[in-house]
Amino acid sequence: MSALTIKNVWKEYGDQIVLENISLDIEDRAFVALVGPSGCGKTTFLRMLLGQERPTRGDILIDGVPLPPEPGPDRGVVFQRYSVFPHLTVLGNVLIGKEMMAARYAARLFGKARQDAVEEATALIREVGLGHALNKYPAQLSGGMQQRLALAQALIMKPKVLLLDEPFGALDPGIRAEIHTLMKRLWHENPMTVVMVTHDMREAFTLATRVIAFERLRDRPEEKLRYGATISRDIAIWPPRKAGQASLIRPDRDGPVKKGQ
Amino acid sequence: MRWINSRPGSGMRLALSLSPFLVVLAAYVAGSVIRLSANPNDKLLPGFAGFADAINRLVFIPDGRSGQYVLWTDTIASLERLFAGIAIATLLALVIGMLIGMLPYMRALLAPFVAAVSMVPPLALLPILFIVMGLGEASKIALIAIGVTPIMIRDLALTATSLPREQIIKAETLGGSSWQIALRVVLPQILPRLIDTLRLQLGPAWLFLIAAEAISSEAGLGYRIFLVRRYLAMDVIFPYVAWITLLAVGTDFLLNRARVAVFPWSELEKNQ
Repeated sequence: MSALTIKNVWKEYGDQIVLENISLDIEDRAFVALVGPSGCGKTTFLRMLLGQERPTRGDILIDGVPLPPEPGPDRGVVFQRYSVFPHLTVLGNVLIGKEMMAARYAARLFGKARQDAVEEATALIREVGLGHALNKYPAQLSGGMQQRLALAQALIMKPKVLLLDEPFGALDPGIRAEIHTLMKRLWHENPMTVVMVTHDMREAFTLATRVIAFERLRDRPEEKLRYGATISRDIAIWPPRKAGQASLIRPDRDGPVKKGQ
Repeated sequence: MRWINSRPGSGMRLALSLSPFLVVLAAYVAGSVIRLSANPNDKLLPGFAGFADAINRLVFIPDGRSGQYVLWTDTIASLERLFAGIAIATLLALVIGMLIGMLPYMRALLAPFVAAVSMVPPLALLPILFIVMGLGEASKIALIAIGVTPIMIRDLALTATSLPREQIIKAETLGGSSWQIALRVVLPQILPRLIDTLRLQLGPAWLFLIAAEAISSEAGLGYRIFLVRRYLAMDVIFPYVAWITLLAVGTDFLLNRARVAVFPWSELEKNQ
């Protein structure tokens, strides 16, 4: 289970109120898209879910338990840039999570344990379509391939929640459509809840089960400082999208779904 | 075509890069010929025959009194000091630089101190070092280490802090502890910079070495230059300066090749 509860969350930087009184329940296995104009605090909100920033007031709970005050392995993340480590190969980038979880001091695996981890990582890398590039460095990959790698790197941790900060914003439309298909499949196949910040409405409605818009309702110059953004729209996609299930009306809408998921 | 867009071909580039060397050499030869024609015993700008004679004496013939090959003895003595000083500086810079770059508490504790210390002129400390540590090897090595460490620390701390915040966050979501992130994410990414910063500090390191050797020593490249200065022995000084330059350029070249060989990704990132 991985349900998120956000209760009366405020975020202020000094006098500037960024987010005001956000309350939201995100059910297990949902795919939530956060949309809104630039500077409306959607990335700040995502950072609070990540643990990179803390709410000024209010609580964020994951499965009823308060969120730890720093990022951890239960919440994976893919940023628009700098998500992968430039000094590791594709395989090394996916392996590093396994290695850090298993070897407390060396942060490296050896022998049979490494063999097993390499097999698991390789399978995941194949799944995101990078099987041919195992030993390449990120600088040798295109932007789309780097984001596929970042997804594999996050997914090997089997996170409860996957947070995406405009992950496909810098990709061209063809590549973006391909990676959308991959994203849908990964969401169907992995037991996780996804929260994605995006500028692209089409992307939001293509992928999400629910689209949430952040907006500053009072945005006159004299109001800017003291009123933050809040949730202005909360749209459930219809017909509903369910993780691991094909859509009832247009079975191909949500991408191929494996039997028995 | 604009000047900013016209590029030399490979032959042209080689000719251009060699020409300043040739100009300097030609200027020297011309000066030497003029002076020697006026006074065949002139010591200031000796001709190539004089150099060959001096080099032969220093490199291939053992010294009459000590039985040692002077240039090699001097080179070994100097390089030992230089590399000992640089090794200490590198190790300190790596550890302290990473601590300052990664841990806010260590940054608050050490960053202002290191910034202040790096402004102390190291040569002004040389008398103190000689008084405290004696005239032996320790004070010379200490001068090199003190001279280059603070700047290397600041450079590495800056490199560590300028790693994208996203990478550190990502490593945290992959289960990394502070130690693991230091070991697997920060260290490998600042090592290439460590090599570069070392290359930049080679010049100052040589400066401190020669300054220390000039004042008190029994062997060493700097010692020899300052010794023969008394006899206006330019035929020794010029080859020594050229040899020191060659050693420094060679070290610089080897370090850069080592960086590319050990951290191939650092070259890929540069070309992006």
